[in-house]
Amino acid sequence: MPERRLITSWPLLRQLRGEDPSGRGAAVRSAGTDAIRARTVEADRVVKSVCPYCAVGCAQNVFVKDGRVVQVEGDPDAPHSRGRLCPKGSATLQLTTGSAREQYVLYRRPYGSDWERLDLETAMDMVADRIVDSRRRGWEWEVDSVRTRRCMSIAALGGATLDNEENYLIKKLLTALGVIQVENQARVCHSSTVVGLGTSFGRGASSTLPADLQHSDLIVLEGSNMAEAHPVAFQWVMEAKARGATVVHVDPHYSRTSALADVFVPIRAGSDIAFLGGIINYVIANELDFREYVLAYTNAPTIVGEEFQDVGADGVFSGFDPETGAYDPSSWQYEGAFVAAASGQRDQEGNLAPLDSERSANASEGGRGDPTLDLTLTHPRCVWQILKRHYAEYTPEMVERTCGIPQDLFLTVCRLFVENSGRERTAAFVHGVGWTQHTIGSQYIRAASILQLLLGNMGRPGGGVMAMRGHASIQGSSDIPTLFDTLPGYIPMPHAHAHGDLDAFVSGDAAKRGFWGNMRAYMVSLLKAWYGATATAENDFCFDYLPRLTGSHSTYDTVMEQLAGRIEGYLLLGQNPAVGSANSRMQRFGMANCKWLVVRDFSLIESATWWKDGPEIASGEMRTEDIETEVFFFPAAAHTEKEGTFTNTQRMVQWHEKAIDPAADRRSDLWFIYHLGRRLRERLAGSADAADRPLLDLTWDYPLASGTNEPSAEAVLAEINGWNADGEMLSSYTELAADGSTASGCWIYCGAYADGVNQTARRTPGSEQNWTGSQWAWAWPANRRILYNRASADPEGRPWSERKALVWWDAAEGRWVGHDTPDFEADKPPSYRPPEGATGPAAIAGTDPFIMQADGRGWLYAPAGVGDGPLPVHYEPQDSPLPNRLHRRQRNPARQLYPHPNNRYHPDPGTPGSEVFPFAVTTYRLTEHFTAGGMSRWTPYLAELQPEFFCEVSPELAGERGLEHGGWATLVSARGVIEARVMVTDRMTPLRLGDRIVHTIGLPYHWGPNGYARGDSMNELSSMALDPSSHIQEVKALTVDIQPGRRPRGPARLALVQEYRTRAGITETTGMAR
Amino acid sequence: MSVPDATEIPRMGFFTDTSVCIGCKACEVACKEWNGVPEDGLVWTGHSHDNSQGLSADTWRHVAFIEQRATVGHHQPNLQRTGASDGDTDQAFRWLMASDVCKHCTHAACLDVCPTGAIFRSEFGTVVVQADVCNGCGYCVPACPYGVIDKRPDDGRVFKCTLCYDRLQVGQEPACAKACPTDSIQFGVLDDLRERATLRVERLHADGVTEARLYGHDPSDGVGGDGAFFLLLDEPEVYGLPPAPVVTTADLPAMWRHSALAAAGLLLIGLLSAAGARR
Repeated sequence: MPERRLITSWPLLRQLRGEDPSGRGAAVRSAGTDAIRARTVEADRVVKSVCPYCAVGCAQNVFVKDGRVVQVEGDPDAPHSRGRLCPKGSATLQLTTGSAREQYVLYRRPYGSDWERLDLETAMDMVADRIVDSRRRGWEWEVDSVRTRRCMSIAALGGATLDNEENYLIKKLLTALGVIQVENQARVCHSSTVVGLGTSFGRGASSTLPADLQHSDLIVLEGSNMAEAHPVAFQWVMEAKARGATVVHVDPHYSRTSALADVFVPIRAGSDIAFLGGIINYVIANELDFREYVLAYTNAPTIVGEEFQDVGADGVFSGFDPETGAYDPSSWQYEGAFVAAASGQRDQEGNLAPLDSERSANASEGGRGDPTLDLTLTHPRCVWQILKRHYAEYTPEMVERTCGIPQDLFLTVCRLFVENSGRERTAAFVHGVGWTQHTIGSQYIRAASILQLLLGNMGRPGGGVMAMRGHASIQGSSDIPTLFDTLPGYIPMPHAHAHGDLDAFVSGDAAKRGFWGNMRAYMVSLLKAWYGATATAENDFCFDYLPRLTGSHSTYDTVMEQLAGRIEGYLLLGQNPAVGSANSRMQRFGMANCKWLVVRDFSLIESATWWKDGPEIASGEMRTEDIETEVFFFPAAAHTEKEGTFTNTQRMVQWHEKAIDPAADRRSDLWFIYHLGRRLRERLAGSADAADRPLLDLTWDYPLASGTNEPSAEAVLAEINGWNADGEMLSSYTELAADGSTASGCWIYCGAYADGVNQTARRTPGSEQNWTGSQWAWAWPANRRILYNRASADPEGRPWSERKALVWWDAAEGRWVGHDTPDFEADKPPSYRPPEGATGPAAIAGTDPFIMQADGRGWLYAPAGVGDGPLPVHYEPQDSPLPNRLHRRQRNPARQLYPHPNNRYHPDPGTPGSEVFPFAVTTYRLTEHFTAGGMSRWTPYLAELQPEFFCEVSPELAGERGLEHGGWATLVSARGVIEARVMVTDRMTPLRLGDRIVHTIGLPYHWGPNGYARGDSMNELSSMALDPSSHIQEVKALTVDIQPGRRPRGPARLALVQEYRTRAGITETTGMAR
Repeated sequence: MSVPDATEIPRMGFFTDTSVCIGCKACEVACKEWNGVPEDGLVWTGHSHDNSQGLSADTWRHVAFIEQRATVGHHQPNLQRTGASDGDTDQAFRWLMASDVCKHCTHAACLDVCPTGAIFRSEFGTVVVQADVCNGCGYCVPACPYGVIDKRPDDGRVFKCTLCYDRLQVGQEPACAKACPTDSIQFGVLDDLRERATLRVERLHADGVTEARLYGHDPSDGVGGDGAFFLLLDEPEVYGLPPAPVVTTADLPAMWRHSALAAAGLLLIGLLSAAGARR
């Protein structure tokens, strides 16, 4: 009886009945409390997903109730994240279901003053029309009489936040349209890693996984703020620490990472090569290398050609052309041999030259010769001796003078490295964009690679180079690239050559030995995936359909093209260059010079609204009514609203399921690009123009979901994996053929859909497998988790030590076995020696662990691939407070520069005007925000944690400049002026470099004027000056002036920058010396 | 759902090991997401990376950041203060981070003073506010020796950490502990946590982190021990924690006794007066 229950449930009665005499427990439970139900158990479904923020790729459980996402939390089964999430991952529910996301298509008509609503289908039709028109006008059949077959009037940017399947279709469609200016966040974040690791070891991705760091005896975090940028991966550093490992953090800025390190080493921003070179010198000079490893597995014994000249006092290698500012790398090659790089600068004229030169006549059969080795390491031109001479000047004194690191501290780090390397122990490097974003960024990664090879730390548990990447699928958008210079699987995008057929391409780029020797099979399979039955042996598999490059077409070159008026249309796919790219002003002026702009994002980011509220509107330099640019804003679907794969920082391809359909006009990029392609093909269906053939012959049939017309991501993944002539799914790239009998959209992802099963959706709990987690999702290549792991065993195939065993040769079984999938042909014995004249994989000996390399060895010296030299050299950043004290060249002579009135550089240190910008700046991420802020500044739970842009300064600098803690500061460079709240902190410290003291200012870079948490953007200060191999911008080291108080408003803002430029005497030639 | 028999369930709690806290604030966000705690304003405090300022009705987990010129364990910060006149002495530096939360006291004053029964001790030994009962009288606010429980101004009622009472009932750990990337926040049976914490302190001491000490773990302290206790690397005051909290209702029995005595005295005086007047 309800009345009875009502009476008995009366708290007083419950209390008196003795259950809870004091009335502080069960007696006072309320009806509301009784009704509480955890929504995790009330959910209708739990959907397996992956965090959309950084590249740690934490597995998520998405709880769905009544068609709504009600909770998102970590999946405890995941071996890599163990159910944990950082603040950003924890805010996923608010990110995806919050009110900050736009729902409808918005349209800004040319010269319009505000947004208008537009029907989604109409908007799609309009964009298709714009592409057709702009493409016609920007078409180029040839340049200087060499065939290019391309469209220069359209560019795209973005992809690292998208699924692999989306990137695949974007690259496929745009390439078929002849659009080559396709770029994404990978360009501005980790392109240097791809060059550095790729040329050194054969693959441009992290060699290991964060979970393996638990086995390290020493972890050196340098160029990485891991605890802040990748908190969940940092658990493995803490795990290592708990097991007794030493953690060292080398950084210009004491961050939360430093606080947890055993040793913090403050370093002057932009001087890491001097530091790493110093350690290399310490190891070589004292013969503390892992000699057996070095002799067997690196190119230390290889003899280099006579033409090679090291930098010496002049600071340039042989082959430099001061006119073009570029190197001809042919003099860097091995003696009697020509080897192709596995990464970096490929398919350029320099690669082809040896075919016709005297050098190839001297080379042995095969046209390319075999390297000569001196296993005594005494030949004056062997790599070992060259390396020894090259780094001899990198003494502890030089390190102190250049980096500001006291000699005893430097030697402490040297000793830690040596003591924690060798048979029984291993050391790992962890780096992020602190290393990559420099005008010599690729060489930062090379320097670390050299050290790890010398110490024998590659391919071994607890060793390696752990590249911490920043977006959910930025590794994927490098592998299946929306990048101008590569095709899927790091096949180089062809350059325009006089003899541009497939044979010439393959002979110029495919290494004679190793798995790149099969490049033709990878390329033909890609062309078969794209052009299907049209691609035949007779027509060179449509190789001619690919548009051709004529130099650098990076996102920064695109900006220059925009400013030159040659780009009509620009597609921004989840990227915010007005905040995230160097020199924001250049970005906005570039966009303002386009006829049309497409922005696909969650919210109205700065790159979508600059025409009505950008800084140039406030300063009066732009007037909304004068801006022609037509803007289409498409609201994007969240990761919970689509299915597909992200590739995380450890090359792990993880499938995320769809939880719900996207609402209103929100659509996936898969939907957008597929239906855009469909429209374009319909519009051009009857065309007789040969320029349209690639588009019309493109395979563009994917099953569509009924109702939503969403293309099947699984079908796209199947195409990426590839099939044979019978339509059966391939299980490994070793099955790919050069005769057109196989198709594969990305050869390194072949196996992701082996046996017709989506291997990327595998979710065997971490508790049921070892630390490599090889049964969770799928990693390229061939599900190998630690790359080059053949090197974990000695040449005879035995582990270097039991403590560091990973894979080994089991003679009884006749196979490589162990804890990980061997990164080696499973049945190739250590005793295997290639027969005379062997090519491709057969030319890799049983003792060659670097199977992608042309000589099977790790490259201490890179005879090809790195545009600014075979060995890393310390050069000062483009804008530096110090002169280069090592040699005559101040800066990397081969860096890419972009002279423009809005992109001026600072005077050389020590010359008049240099004192105007006296302070060093370094930049970094905060835990609470994400990249350019599009996924955090609009998210209240994150915004409130770091609500304002601030600068971090030392008490000493604050005293010198009169900066008040909590007040405001104005920061000025030759590019722009910004304001920031002042954080005076002991974490910033001035550095003593001989007779000089250098002050560093720390700037987090997430802010912009839009969103909920707002502030000026650091990139207003930075310049466009790039690494020549990776085309990455230098934003980790620059110089500024700082003054107390807020910046000027309106036209006075520009006037202040102008006044600084005048005072510093800056002209169009300032800082341009090669 | 039937309420489990309280005698069968061990007391559950948090052990927050601040020596491994990386100050990421995942706990703050995970808590807000799960419990629907509102965002409470954009205030840049300039106090290191702490912009949440403290526990409140709208912040149930709060990460404190303390920058100090002091040493901790073997941490070598190598920050050379060029401005320091006394050279090397100022190189000492440490950055402490600690996630604070409601202590779920053994003797919970908030619970003692609540006149409506809005606050109760759950079967897990945790202290939970029942929003459907709370009338916003606010007696609990000054009663809390830690200054944790707080009124939400636009709502009038008080809110604080529930130790995710709803999740506990279905065998799930609290949202903050689940998210914590480095396991700084550990959830479990309180007795187990106390054991684990003791071992952790021993290990840290052996490793030279002599500053490590526990806070709130001792059942004989002024609140009878906390259900959520901490491993700290400095004095509690440094983290904004009271050094020797005492349940504010500790003197209540004595006060009652005194009151009773006074009342009896007054009664006696009254009786005597009455008797005298009659005479």
